[in-house]
Amino acid sequence: MGVAVRVIPCLDVDAGRVVKGVNFQELRDAGDPVEMAAVYDAEGADELTFLDVTASSGERATMIDVVRRTAEQVFIPLTVGGGIRTPEDVDRMLRAGADKVSVNTAAIARPELLGEMARRFGSQCIVLSVDARRVKEGAPTPSTFEVTTHGGRTGTGIDAVEWAARGQELGVGEILLNSMDADGTRAGFDLELIEKVRRVVDVPVIASGGAGALEHFPPAIRAGADAVLAASVFHFGQLRIGEVKDVLRADHVEVR
Amino acid sequence: MSRIVVLDYGSGNLRSAERALRRVGADVTVTSDFDAACDADGLVVPGVGAFAHCMEGLNAVRGPQIIGRRLAGGRPVLGICVGMQVLFERGVEFGVEADGCGEWPGTVERIKADVLPHMGWNTVRAPSGSTLFAGLDADTRFYFVHSFGVRRWELEESHAIRPPLVTWAHHGEDFVAGVENGALSATQFHPEKSGDAGAQLLQNWLRDVVG
Repeated sequence: MGVAVRVIPCLDVDAGRVVKGVNFQELRDAGDPVEMAAVYDAEGADELTFLDVTASSGERATMIDVVRRTAEQVFIPLTVGGGIRTPEDVDRMLRAGADKVSVNTAAIARPELLGEMARRFGSQCIVLSVDARRVKEGAPTPSTFEVTTHGGRTGTGIDAVEWAARGQELGVGEILLNSMDADGTRAGFDLELIEKVRRVVDVPVIASGGAGALEHFPPAIRAGADAVLAASVFHFGQLRIGEVKDVLRADHVEVR
Repeated sequence: MSRIVVLDYGSGNLRSAERALRRVGADVTVTSDFDAACDADGLVVPGVGAFAHCMEGLNAVRGPQIIGRRLAGGRPVLGICVGMQVLFERGVEFGVEADGCGEWPGTVERIKADVLPHMGWNTVRAPSGSTLFAGLDADTRFYFVHSFGVRRWELEESHAIRPPLVTWAHHGEDFVAGVENGALSATQFHPEKSGDAGAQLLQNWLRDVVG
């Protein structure tokens, strides 16, 4: 017996409401985040992730309130991402009741931020969120994957696999690996991306992007993921947490 | 209703511990006040992050004295995660050695495993006669998040003292997941984040240790 593979529903939150859009561009309302968090907890979710999709345009206080109310009634780990730019943002989220925060764009602009956060709050609560896609234009990166910003629309030319390794060096405790090519397609996880990142980091890797059917989950674990994250397939009831665990269990993967 | 103090020494998400204890019926205060922490029916010492950093914070609120004074009077203390680790003699993280409270001999050091931090839900092996794990099946999982741990239990058995009950977990190798030693209890995992299983453990502690 060892540590169980985690199944993590992600709630994209805009102004205090859960949304999920294909590639983050078409947002659809799917409910109250606090209620949904409680439902996922009851269904056996191993952790919850809240992603503040409109953090850049304000509503920060709303998100803190959502985190506080969720932590009042859900007793499993909660990660919050979106718009985390400074150690003070991390502090506010942890104080509101988050256990981990994920950092994305702000770290691309200034990687040292990850080290500062990890030193102050501990590696265990700093997650590096990497939005990766295959290089479409310009010079290819060594891994063929690059880091993107703006929900996958803007390439940075930074090698996504090297960036994950750099994040670990700087002290993050986990990599949230989002395939922007697979995101919204429901055609399966990007296994090559997971394998490449797994080879260069020994912190946990959460695979995200592309989950559409039960059979998509076991290959992601075989590719090296320690956890799987999905949003819309869970929100719209297309897949249940328990079903994902059953299919993993049948594949000899330990689950809770 | 048991009066529980969650010791606030600037470490981590104290609200989780507060809420989880309240959920199982405790009257909870989060404070760094010396007298309140000494006088409570039960004291919870949480902790996340680096060992040395937690010890600094703990020393700043005279945490070791609070713990020592409580234990001298047989008053229950529960350490959680780094709050358990600091109860041991010393911690070694990235070559930096720091003194702990020294309630038990032993060293907190980096666990040898392919993937660290050890993050997620794992099973534990509790000894028979355990109070904390009473009523919990052997396949019950608790939420862990740590890279360091106690890899060897060093307290020698003697006839003079009743040996503590030690619970183990495995990730890459075995490490201490829990200790029950009279009034002093500790878990490496986070009961406050372990859903219903964690609630059961906290309830066991409240009912049968704090009383």
